[in-house]
Amino acid sequence: MGLYKRLTISQKQIVWAWGLLALPILFYVVVRFYPTANAIALSFQEWNLLGSRSWIGFENYTKLFSDPVFWKVFANTFIYLLLGTPTSLVVAFLIAYHLDKLRFMHGTIRALYFLPFMTTAVAMAWVWRWFYQPVPIGVFNNFLATLGIAQIPFLNSTTYALPSVLAPAIWAGLGFQVIIFMAGLRAIPQTYYEAARIDGITTWETLTEITLPLLKPTIVFLVVFSSIGFLRIFDQVFNMTTNDPGGPLNSTKPLVLMIYDTAFNSFDMGYAAAQTVVLFSVLLVVSLVQLRIMRDN
Amino acid sequence: MKKIKKWMLGATTAACAMVGAGSALAVEIEYWQYFFEPRVKAMETLIENFEKANPDITVKMTHFPYADYRTKVAAAIPAGQGPDVVQLFYGWLNDYVNAQLIQPLPSDVFPPAEIEKEFFPMVQAMKRGDKYMALPTAVRSLALFYNKRLFDKAGIEGPPKTLDELVEIAKKLTKTDGAGNLSQVGITTGMNAQDHHWFREVLVRQFGGDPYQNNYQKVNYNSDAGLAALKFYSDLEFKHKVTAAGFMDETQAAFKAGRAGMHIDGSFRIGALNKVRRLKWGVAELPAAKDGTQSNYSSYWVNGITSKATGEKYDAAVKFMKYVTSDEAMQVWLDTVGELPAKPSAAMTEANSNNEVYGPFIRGLSYAKTTIFANESGQRQAMMDMVARMRLKGQSAEESLGIAAEQEQKILDEYYN
Repeated sequence: MGLYKRLTISQKQIVWAWGLLALPILFYVVVRFYPTANAIALSFQEWNLLGSRSWIGFENYTKLFSDPVFWKVFANTFIYLLLGTPTSLVVAFLIAYHLDKLRFMHGTIRALYFLPFMTTAVAMAWVWRWFYQPVPIGVFNNFLATLGIAQIPFLNSTTYALPSVLAPAIWAGLGFQVIIFMAGLRAIPQTYYEAARIDGITTWETLTEITLPLLKPTIVFLVVFSSIGFLRIFDQVFNMTTNDPGGPLNSTKPLVLMIYDTAFNSFDMGYAAAQTVVLFSVLLVVSLVQLRIMRDN
Repeated sequence: MKKIKKWMLGATTAACAMVGAGSALAVEIEYWQYFFEPRVKAMETLIENFEKANPDITVKMTHFPYADYRTKVAAAIPAGQGPDVVQLFYGWLNDYVNAQLIQPLPSDVFPPAEIEKEFFPMVQAMKRGDKYMALPTAVRSLALFYNKRLFDKAGIEGPPKTLDELVEIAKKLTKTDGAGNLSQVGITTGMNAQDHHWFREVLVRQFGGDPYQNNYQKVNYNSDAGLAALKFYSDLEFKHKVTAAGFMDETQAAFKAGRAGMHIDGSFRIGALNKVRRLKWGVAELPAAKDGTQSNYSSYWVNGITSKATGEKYDAAVKFMKYVTSDEAMQVWLDTVGELPAKPSAAMTEANSNNEVYGPFIRGLSYAKTTIFANESGQRQAMMDMVARMRLKGQSAEESLGIAAEQEQKILDEYYN
C-alpha cells in the first residue's frame, strides 16, 4: 500500500492501465496461446485421448506428407479458395455496384441479399442437399426431368460435387460482402465523380480509374476475410455429405473435415494436431502474401 | 434467546448425525449412457428396481447427446471424473482396456465359463485373457425389412428366402418413370448404412469366404469368395438396376417413404418404423445363400466398471452390473427399447422368438458374428469407396476389391502395430 502511494500520478496511471490490460491478456493466454502451443506440441506426439501422450518426433508429419488423401484434401482446400474467393467477390461487387445506384426498394433488396448470411449454415446446407438430390425428391433434378433433360448427379459425382457444395457457401457469404462493398462505395467522395463527369470520362473509365482503385482497402479486407473463410470451409461440406463425409472418393473433403475425422472418428489426436498446424501455417502464409501483394500495388 | 440457541444446537447435531449416518450407509454410484429416450426410460426402470432390492445403494444416471458421448466419456474417465459404471460401444473397448480405464469383472461373480454358457457367442469378444471386461444387456442384429403393401401390389407372396430370390423379387419391385429414372427401388443400397456389415459378415461368408483372419487383424476378403460377394452386391445397382446409391438421400428414408420394397437394417430401426403411419412393413431373416448358409452381424453396447470405482463403490458397481445383465433386465430392455436380450435364455423364450417383429432378429443372433473394428468409420469408408470407384470411375470389381482390402489393412496395421 505504501509503495503504491509513493508513485507519481503518471506511474499510477501505468499501473492501472496494465492492471486492466492484464485481464484480456490473461484471457488470451488461457484460451488462445496455451491451447495453440499445446496443439503444436501434440503434433509431435501420439495420443488417443485415453492413454498417455508419447513423443514420436516428426512421425505425424512424415505420415501426413506421404498420405495421398492429404494431398487430395490439400488440393481441394485450394480449389475452394481459388473458385470461391474470386467468384464471390466479383458477384458481390456487381450486386453492390448496381444496388448502390438503385433507389427503388433499396432497403428491401439489400435485406434479401443479407438474409442468407444470417441463416444457420447447417440448416442451409441441408436444404441445398435436398435440392441436389436425384429424382424423385430433388428440386433441380425434378425440374430437369420434366424438361426431359438427363439428371445431373450433383453430389454423387467427383466433378460436380465440389462446386455444388461451394455454391451455397458463396451464396451464404454474399450478403456480408455486398454490405461491405456498399459501405466502401459510399465512402468514395462524390466530388471525384462530379469531376469525372465534367471531364466527360466514360462509365467504364470511371469504374476502373476511380471506383476500383479507391475501393482497394475494402477489396483487401474482403479478399483476406473470404480467403480465410474458404480455407476453413467445413459446415457446408460436413452437412451436405454426411452419407459419405467429404466424398464421393474424397472429392469434396477440405482440410478441416479431415482434421475433424482424424480427431473425432479415428481418435488420432496427434495426427489431427499435425494437420491443424499445417492449416495454421497455410492460413498465415496466404494472409501475409495477400496483404503484401495488395499493399505493394 | 437461550431456547433458540438450544434449539439450534439440537438441530445442528441432528443434521450432522443424519449426514453422518447417510454416508455410512448409502453408496452412490454414477452411471453414464448416451441419450436415446427409450434407453433412458429403460435404465430408469432398472435403477428403480435395483434400488428397491438394494436400499443402501443409489445409482445416479447421467446421459449425453449421442454426438458428444464418445468424446465426453473419453475426456472424463482418464481425468478420474467420470462414471463408476459406463456404457461403451463394443468397438471402443480395446482403447479403454489398453489405457486401463476399465476394470475386469470379478471372476467369482462373473465366472467366464458361465458367461460363455449363458450369453450369445459373440459376447466372447469382450474377453481379455481369462476375464471378461464388460457385458451387454442387449444386442442388435440385422434383418430384412420389407414393405407389405408394395409386395401385395406386385403380387409377391412373401419375403425372399435366398439371395437369388432377393434379386428376382427386387426386380419386380423396381419402378422407373418415363425418363428412365428410378422412382421406386427394389432394395435400398448404401455401404454407409448397414450394408458394409452385410457385405463383410454375411455375403462374404455366404459365398464361402472368411472376411478376416487373426482375430480381425488381417483382411481376408480379397479372395474369390469376396469377389463373388462384391459382384453380387454391386450387380444389384449396376447390372440388375434394382437400386441406386443415394436414392432419396438415405436408405431408411426411402423405406419409410414407401419408395423401397426391401431394406436391410438393424433391430434399432424398429422403433422409428413403428412411428411411421400408413407404412405396413414386415421383417424376415436375411436371405440364405444357395447352399443354405446363413450369417448375420451383431453389434452391442456393453456396460463396464471404470477404474474410478474403488472400495464400497466397486462392490456396489459389481452388484449393479450383475443386475443389468440379468434375464429380468434384458426383458425390460427388450420391452422398452426393442433391443434384443444378450442371453438365449431371455431371448429365445417362446413369446420372443415367435414375435413377428423380434423373431427374425433373435433367430439371426444364433449365427451372428461380431466384427472387431480398429476404426469403424475408417473401415466403413474403405467399403464405401470400393463401390464408389466402380460407380464413378468404372473400375472393375477385382481391382476395386484389391484396393479396398489394402486400404483397410493399412488401418488395421496402424492400429495394431
